[in-house]
Order: sequence, then structure tokens, then C-alpha cells
Amino acid sequence: MIEYVWLIPLLPAVGFLFNGLIGRWYNLDKRVVSWVACSVLGLSFFFSILVFFSLLKLPPDARAAVPDKVLFDWIVSGGLKTVIGYKIDPLSIVMAMVVSGVSFFIHIYSVGYMHDDPGFTRYFAYLNLFVFMMLTLVLANNFLLMFVGWEGVGLCSYLLIGFWFERDAPANAGKKAFVVNRVGDFGFLLGMFLIFAHLGTLEFNEVFAKAHLLDPVTVTMITLLLFVGATGKSAQIPLYVWLPDAMEGPTPVSSLIHAATMVTSGVYMIARCHVIYSMAPVSMAVVAIFGAATAIYAASMGILQFDIKRVLAYSTISQLGYMFLAVGVGAFSAGIFHLMTHAFFKGLLFLGAGSVMHALSGELDMRKMGGLWKKTPITFWTFLMATLAIAGIPGFSGFFSKDEILWQAFSSPHGHLFLWLVGAVAAGMTAFYMFRLTFVTFLGQCRASEEVKKHIHESPPIMTVPLIILAVLSVIGGYVGIPHVLGGRNYFHEFLAPVLGGLPEGAGHASLSLIKSAYAAGAVEEIGSVNWEIILMVVSVVIALIGISIALYLYILKPDVPKRLAQRFRTLYTIVFNKYYVDEIYEACFVSSAKKIGTFFWREFDDGVVDRSVNLVAGLMLWWGRVLRKIQTGYVQGYALGILLGAVVVIIFLIK
Amino acid sequence: MEIFKIQFSAADLKVIAPELVLTIFALFVLILSVFVRRQSRGPLGYTALVGVVIAFFSLFLGIGKEIKAFNGMVTMDPFCLFFKVMFLIVAFLTILASLGYTKREGIDLGEYYVLVLFATVGMMLMASGVNLLIIFLGLEVMSISIYVLAGIMRDDTRSVEAAFKYFLLGAFASAFLLYGIALTYASTGTLDLAGIGEVLTRQAWISSLPIVIIGLALLIIGFGFKIALVPFHMWTPDVYEGAPTSITAFMATGVKAAGFAAFVRVFFYALPNLQAYWTQIMWILAVATMTVGNIIALSQTNIKRMLAYSSIAHAGYIMVAFVAGNELGKSSILFYLLAYVFMNIGAFTVVILLGKKGEENTQLADYAGVGFKHPLLAASMSIFMLSLAGVPPMAGFMAKFYVFSAAVKARYYWLAVIGVLNSAVAAYYYLRVLIYMYFREPERELAVGAFSPSAVLAVIISVWGVLQIGILPSTFLALAQRSVQFLL
Repeated sequence: MIEYVWLIPLLPAVGFLFNGLIGRWYNLDKRVVSWVACSVLGLSFFFSILVFFSLLKLPPDARAAVPDKVLFDWIVSGGLKTVIGYKIDPLSIVMAMVVSGVSFFIHIYSVGYMHDDPGFTRYFAYLNLFVFMMLTLVLANNFLLMFVGWEGVGLCSYLLIGFWFERDAPANAGKKAFVVNRVGDFGFLLGMFLIFAHLGTLEFNEVFAKAHLLDPVTVTMITLLLFVGATGKSAQIPLYVWLPDAMEGPTPVSSLIHAATMVTSGVYMIARCHVIYSMAPVSMAVVAIFGAATAIYAASMGILQFDIKRVLAYSTISQLGYMFLAVGVGAFSAGIFHLMTHAFFKGLLFLGAGSVMHALSGELDMRKMGGLWKKTPITFWTFLMATLAIAGIPGFSGFFSKDEILWQAFSSPHGHLFLWLVGAVAAGMTAFYMFRLTFVTFLGQCRASEEVKKHIHESPPIMTVPLIILAVLSVIGGYVGIPHVLGGRNYFHEFLAPVLGGLPEGAGHASLSLIKSAYAAGAVEEIGSVNWEIILMVVSVVIALIGISIALYLYILKPDVPKRLAQRFRTLYTIVFNKYYVDEIYEACFVSSAKKIGTFFWREFDDGVVDRSVNLVAGLMLWWGRVLRKIQTGYVQGYALGILLGAVVVIIFLIK
Repeated sequence: MEIFKIQFSAADLKVIAPELVLTIFALFVLILSVFVRRQSRGPLGYTALVGVVIAFFSLFLGIGKEIKAFNGMVTMDPFCLFFKVMFLIVAFLTILASLGYTKREGIDLGEYYVLVLFATVGMMLMASGVNLLIIFLGLEVMSISIYVLAGIMRDDTRSVEAAFKYFLLGAFASAFLLYGIALTYASTGTLDLAGIGEVLTRQAWISSLPIVIIGLALLIIGFGFKIALVPFHMWTPDVYEGAPTSITAFMATGVKAAGFAAFVRVFFYALPNLQAYWTQIMWILAVATMTVGNIIALSQTNIKRMLAYSSIAHAGYIMVAFVAGNELGKSSILFYLLAYVFMNIGAFTVVILLGKKGEENTQLADYAGVGFKHPLLAASMSIFMLSLAGVPPMAGFMAKFYVFSAAVKARYYWLAVIGVLNSAVAAYYYLRVLIYMYFREPERELAVGAFSPSAVLAVIISVWGVLQIGILPSTFLALAQRSVQFLL
């Protein structure tokens, strides 16, 4: 079955070609379009599962050693040989399953959500193309093909953010996403060039086998440059600014691309390159610090937003920060684990938000919502499941994955007490803003206008069924990786271990010694015997509960307090509410100066120097052409003479 | 000297099986054409087509490990196999493009197809001959057929003029070639290519004799005429413009490829010892050919003439690989020619499709607005033009890429730079076709006859070829590399 891995990305491509060419050309019926779009995804998901099970049949050590499925040589030129080939190992197949599975459900949801949109066919063509590119990214067996996927998903992201391009805001948001991503891609490209320059290959297997030949500085450079690429695609500091704006796209797109799949590709890329990252402790530290910083920074911005999709967008940035924190402290499989559970619950949150918008005639401002739980029960309950999961309430998927990241941030040799602390505080903030969102949207009084109120209704089954499925996954998705300390068995890590290695062991030398030094010398032995993992778990759950309680207090019990608090801390409130003015700072520092430089070069250099000289040369060439063509008299004697003269020249030249 | 015996076995016949098949079919068509009435000549072309297909399969009879036949006169090696397949593709596409065209122009005579088949036989002999005499005979068989074909539109003065010019100058050039062969024979005592190479290696002092050098010069001129190197190119625009468009396509691709096949075979197989002599003059010819071809093409307003100059320029690019002379250089010559076959026949077939009886519509202005009237045809033309201009992902890009990287590898940096600059110049006149098709308002209603389905098929095949070679070049490059291995 493993041989057929290429079908997984190919099927969505077929769907794209069908819908994009035939569907658009012949204006096919919506039913045909949606059946094709969803069934290719379903098949792709089905094949991912088949490959997964065939992989499972192999002994664990053989799973990482499955030969790449090479379809054909792609570019052969000098020392560069690149193939179209797919990597089959536990990591890529987990990613393929997550991507194709979540995409499948979101495709189905979209059939209902986009039903009345005039761009229905175009939408599904783009969505299929996106999945094709995303699967290419995760299944590629070399950097170049991965980069094709990397750029391809960026393109689809651009197309889908600006899907309603008739309006300015989506069109600009699409542009912003594209440009910001280009900055990151540039880093990725440079990293790739460095790898090729030093190792002469871009194939993962060869690169990682030869990685020991690289000197520490080069490795650090490569990994940092690749991380720049990751910050763009995965919306980390400093390149996160495009993601909140990307919410202008259709909500299922936000769910699929800007929550569940594309934005996690940076995390996947680092996990895929864990061999070289492990060689560069500096880069690991940078990744972890940027991850932790993003986690808490984005969470703080999520607290004050009123637009439900923006809250979720900042939440996504923050959760991605967690994943980077995980891979940064060397807990690669923990990062992938959180990536998976996050795909479930964040995908669900966005779909739930879409369902809310559907019910409220497109309303996004949570101040105009409230009390929806009675009228949209399925949306409410599923949304609540996802909220509990993201808040890290024990028993839900998010608890297992987030807690593991926090524990690793504390205990891993690359970890640090401080990283844990930031992560834990961010977890509390997450619990707070997510429950704020849930409470304000679904509970209390309905604040919508009378006109809107009349139309509030639950979404059709085609939308609620995916919600229910994802809700189930959000609840149970964590049980594949129960920590040992709770007496479970961590199947997820065992499965990924052949690729990513086990989780770092060694019970937090760095963090522990910090705590130890804070204690008197006599207490040392006592601390060593305490089970830190349990303690930290309890602490983080308590922090989450505190966050929830504050939300409950502020938004259910005393709804007038938040306004008073905002008055009291007016400056702080304004700064955070305006997202720390980062967009304005970027505008002033980079965008406007780049525009000025661009204008200067355009007017002075391009128009004045380049164009003029080009036109001069072009004119000269044309003039030569007109003169030279006069040699072509049409008289055969002249031609013969030409041959003769040429012959004389050739002979003289050779004889001389 | 051993007594020359005309003696051959069945094994020998297998080596030239495709030539035999084509000859038999040519005669068959000739006989058939006597018996059919003017109205029912349609099947003649299809008969020729069948001959080409059977010839293709007969190739498998001769495939083996570098066999020589007929006392070492002809061979069957990967090199000639590559070219024979290419010629059969050329013949196949040409006949496809001709089926409707000949009928439209009233030249659907049996002779037309007979001569195309004979010309193909000549091309094949040029690729498979390992004896200068066979190569010359092949060249003449091809050339004489083409002279007639160029003038087959007897009522059209331009066609007749083209044939006459081509014949006169061709005869002139053949004399040079023959004289070169004679001098080579005089100095080395053999016509066998391997033998010539051996003599020049064993007795190195011969290489510097004036007689050898003059022979070399005359060979360059002879082949240079067939592949239209500047300054032996002047016949090209007049002949290409005047000849029936399908024959122009045939000449631009088949004749050129055959010329290069013999050129490469003779120079890299028999005369590699003289490389020090010919590299420099080839360098000059390459630069002159590229530059003159492109610059004059800039000011053309007739698309057939423009394509004629473009074909001159392309011969110049191929000469760049010739000068480089390394492994990649030799294989990229083959690769380039294959890519060139598809994009050029494709372009000419589009030109055929956009004309009708009495109105060839070959002025650039005629192409105004075609992009909206015939979107698919215009899209195909755009693919061919972009490929000729060397834009990825078309075949022309990869071909140029390999040629120029061969030059860089062989340290001919300037040659590569001049080549790239020339490509930039060339982009102007290729893109102009696109501009006319998509951005110009038509001045008059373009009258186009009914599309011949077979010509449409030829366009489709060409588009496929251009994209296939451009997107997945490595398979074709590997084939080309295998084909030139014996030259190393």
C-alpha cells in the first residue's frame, strides 16, 4: 500500500484541475463540484489511513527506513539532482492524515457555508489546490519539493484570503499575507542555498546523513534562516502581522489554512529538520524563546479583541508559539502532538465561529451576540468542547499536548524554568480569553438587533456534522499520548520515535538547579524526590481554572467590571487593544520607507537610466536590423557571392 | 586496396529497414497516384503516414549494439537511432500538417508525399552513414527532393523562385562539400569516418597539411549551407517564405537536424583531432549566426520570414554547443534539435491553419485579434513562441539552458554571454506575435478556412512535446547523452 503514497497528494490535484478547468468552463452544477471536491479529499484521507496502517504493520525501526517513493527525476543539472519523491515515515504520514482528514471535514462544512456564494466553483478549486500543495509540503522528500509546497500553500492562502476581492479589505489582506510571507520565504531560500552549497544535495535523507560534516556556525546559520521562513509561514514574532488580517477570508479558509494546516508547516519543517536543529543549540534557544514570547504576546492581544475571528487568530498565533516552544526545547514529537490536537480544536473553533456568523447574518462583533446557546445548541456545545480543550482542562485533548509542552519546557536539557513560567501564564491567559469569548457569545442576553434576532437559526446538518466529528476528536484526540506519569502509554511518541527520537529525558537539570539554588542547602534532597511532573501539571491546571474563573466573574457575574477596568488602566488598555501599534510601527519603519525607496528607484533609476538605455539599445538593434536586411536583395547572384566571400574568409582564417 | 564487392546479407538490410520501408512506401504512393482521380487523392497522404509509422516500428529490427552494415558504410548506433526517430517525428508531423493544406492549395499530388518520404530517407542516410560518400548521397537525396518540394506550387511565382534559388545555391554548396570530401580523401586515403579519424591520430603530421585544412574549411561551408549558418544563410528567408508552409516546416526542422547529424558525426567522429583548428572559426560562425539571425528577425513583418531568421538564430545557438564540444555540449545539440522540432513545426502548423486558399495571412498584422477569435490556437501559438524565446517551462528554455551551461562548463564564458544576450533580443520578435494576437485590434476580418483535423492533431502533439520536454527534460537529456556516448 505504501507504494501508492503519491495518490494522496495527486487526488486533490485532480479535483483542482477538474473544478478549476472543467467546472469553471462549463459552469457545472454545484452538486457536481462539491461532490468532486469532497470525494477526492475523502479518497486522499482514505489512502493516508491505508498507508498509515501498512506502516503500522512494520516493526518500529523499519518505519523510518521505508525507502522514498520516487516518481521521477525532476531537475537534473550539473551537481543538482532533484526528484519528485515522497517520504514515507511516521512523521509525514501523521501530517498527511491530519491534513487530509481535517481538510475533508472542512470541505464538507464549506459545501454548506459557501452554498450561496457566486464563486462556489472557484472556491473549491482553490481549496483542492491548497490541499494538494499542503500534502506536497508534508510528503516531499527533499527541500526543493517542500519549497514548492511551501510556496504553493502561500499562493492558495493569498488567493483565498482575497477570495472576495471585490472588497478592498480582503484584497489588501491577501497582499499583506503574501508580502510578509515573502520575507520569510527569502530566509527559507537562503537556508536551502546554504545547505546545497555545503552538502551538494537537497534530499532529506542525504542532508541529514551528511549533516555531521557541517561546522557549527553554518548549522546555526542554516537553522536560523529556515526559522525565519517558519516565522513567516507560521506567524511568529516578528512576522505574525499578516495572520489577524487574513481573517478577511471565508471562515472555513481561516479554519483550514490559518489554523489547522498551513500555519503549522513551520513547526513541521523544524521537526523534519530536527537532526540539524539538534546540532545548533543557539538556534534551538532562539526558536524556544521566540515561541514562548509569541505565545504570551499574542495571548495578551487576544484578551481585548471583540471580533470573534480575530480572537481566534491571536489564539492561533499564541498556540503556534507553544509548538515552537516545544520544538525549541527539543521535544519535537510534543510539538507535532500539539499541532495535531490544535488542528482539531482550533479548526473546530473557527468552524463554530463560522456557524455563529451563519446564524447572525455574518456578524463578527461579539458585543452584538450573546445568549445563542439555546438557538444554536450544537454549535454551542461543540464550541464549548473545543474551548475546554484549548484551555487545557484535564481529559480534553489540549490538556495532554499542552501539558507535555510545558513539562518539556521545564524539564528538557534545552528547557528553562523561565520558559515554563511564560508558557504557564500564557495558558492562563488562553483559558481566560477563550472563556470570555464563549461566555460573551453564547451566554447572557442576546444583544443582536431585532432584525437579526428573527433569523437566528442553527446551521444545516452539512455544517453541524463536521462540527460534531471535530468535537469528538477534540475530546478524545489526546488519548493517543497519555503521559507516563498518569499511568498511560504514550502511543503517539512511540510511533514518532523512530523519526524524531524519544522525548528528551533527564528531568530538567537547568530548571531544577535554578530552583535548588533558591532553596537552602538542606532542602535539596527533598526537592529531588518530589515528582515535579505532577506538581507542574496541577499548577498549570490551577492556572487555567483561575483564568476561567476570572472570565466567569468578569463576563457572567459582574458584566460591568470590564468597562471599569478599562477606564482605570486606560493607557495599557489602549496600547493592547491597538495591538501594541505594531502594524503602525511596521508601516512607518518598513512599508513607507520601502515605498519611498521604490518610488525613487522607479522614477529616477528605472525610468531615467534603465529604460532609457534599454530603449536606446532596442532602437539601435531595430535600426541595424533594417539596415542589414538590405543585404537581402533577393538576387541569387548576391547570395552566391556571399557564400563565396564567406568561404574565402573561412579558408583564410583556417590557413593563416 | 581491397576489391570492392557488392555483397550484403539480410542482417545488413535490417540496419536500413526504415529507409527501405519508406522507399517502398514512396514507390507505392507513386504508383497509386497514377491510378486515382484528382478528387480521390486524399488517401495518398494517409498511405504515406502509414509508411512513416511502419518505418518507426521497423527501427526495432536494427536495434542492437552498434552494428555496421554494407561493408561499414552505414551503421545503427544510438546516435542515428535518436535522429531517425526525430526524422520520423518530423515526417509524421509534416504529413499531418500537409493533409489539409495540400488540398487547400491544390498541391495534393502523389509526388508531394513521395518526395517527403524520399527526403526523409535522405535524412536518415545522413545520420546513419559512416562514410563520407554515403553522407553525401543522403544529403543529395534529401536536397533534390526538397528542391522540388519547394517549387511544387507551380502557379505561384514565389514558390518557383524559391525552388530555383535553393537549387542553384544548393548545387553551389554541394560542390563545396564534395570538394571538401575529395580533399579529405586525398589526404587520408579513405572515406570511412573511423578510418579518417584513425589516420589523423596515427599520423598526426597530416593534420597540419594545408590540403587537410582546406578540406576542413570546405566541409564547414558545405554543412554550414545546409544548416544555414551566416554567411551561408542568405537563401533561407527567400526559400522559407516562398515554399509551401508545410515544406518550410519540414525544411526548418528536418533538413536542419539532418545537417547537424552529419555535421556532428563527421566532425566529432572523424575529425576530433582537428578540433583545435575548427573551434575558433565555429565560435565566430556561432556568434555571427545568432546575432545576424536575431537582429534581422527584429524588423520582419512576415511571420514565415521571421521564423526563417529565427531558425538561423537557433542554428547559432546550437553552434554554441558545438563549440563547447564537451559531453553536455554534444548531448545538448541533440536535445535542442528535438525541442526545436516540436516548437517549430507547431508554429508553422498554426501559420498553416490561419490561412486559406489564396490568402496565406502570413503578415503579422493578420494575427491581430486572433487571441480572441481562436483562443486555443492562439494559446498553442503562444506556447510555441514562448518556447522559441526560451521561457520556462517550455522545451526551448531547457534546450537553451543546457546549451549555455555546456558553453560555461567548457569555459566559453563570452560565447554564453553573447548567446544569452541574443536570446534577450529574440524575445522581442517572438513576444510581438503574442502582442498582435492578444493586444491589437484587427484591421480587417481574418478569413480562415475550416481547420483540418489532422493539422490540429499536429498542433496538439507539438504542444505536448514542447511541454513534456520542458517540464520533464531529464528523460530526454538522458537519451541524448546515451546517443552521443560513442563520440566521447
